[in-house]
Amino acid sequence: MTIKKTKEGSSLIVTVEGRLDTTTSPELSKELDNSLDNINKLIFDFSKLEYISSSGLRVLLSAQKAMRSRGSMTVKNVPEMIMEIFEITGFTDILTIE
Amino acid sequence: MKAFLEVSASKENLDQVIGFISECLEAVQCPFKQKMQLEVAAEEIFVNIASYAYDSATGRAEIEFSCEDDAVSITFADRGAAFDPLGKEDPDISLSAEERKIGGLGIFMVKKTMDNVTYRRENDRNILTIIKKIK
Repeated sequence: MTIKKTKEGSSLIVTVEGRLDTTTSPELSKELDNSLDNINKLIFDFSKLEYISSSGLRVLLSAQKAMRSRGSMTVKNVPEMIMEIFEITGFTDILTIE
Repeated sequence: MKAFLEVSASKENLDQVIGFISECLEAVQCPFKQKMQLEVAAEEIFVNIASYAYDSATGRAEIEFSCEDDAVSITFADRGAAFDPLGKEDPDISLSAEERKIGGLGIFMVKKTMDNVTYRRENDRNILTIIKKIK
């Protein structure tokens, strides 16, 4: 998994490439913990995300909760297979997907 | 096709387990989408075993892969405490982000994406089998 962060003012774009699984999710969680200060707009770019398991979903749920008091969180460029997992788990109702 | 892997039931071996499943699925020319779903299911089940099956000393987990008539079957066995993950109540997926609980999603995903999931306790072993048509 590769994480790329782009900060523009108070917006943060996080691009996640590869696999978001039990092994790699803690890394994303840690990255987010260290980067949300003074951020009111968090955007995930998942165009290169190949795989997500429940551990990855948990990180997204935590991020969503963390951003609620700070501003907004958006998920964009979700590949079809990942979208299907979001649908099965009800995450399409929780996340703002563009 | 049949293949077998036995590893220590530890999260550190997840990559080895998924690597094994991935190779098997490639060998039977499993389409991309079904491959991801089967890998996710394998991850959820193996991590469950690694987290809950054994108390302090780490035990073993056995994984048996087979594919016949375009149906993939993967069986996970451990000698840990009796535990039926399918007996757990499904998470309420209609709740908002604030109300949603962190756990329970993994096995729920397994149930939703596989064609058949069964648990049995046999000779002091937990045996969980998932089956999915891949074509």
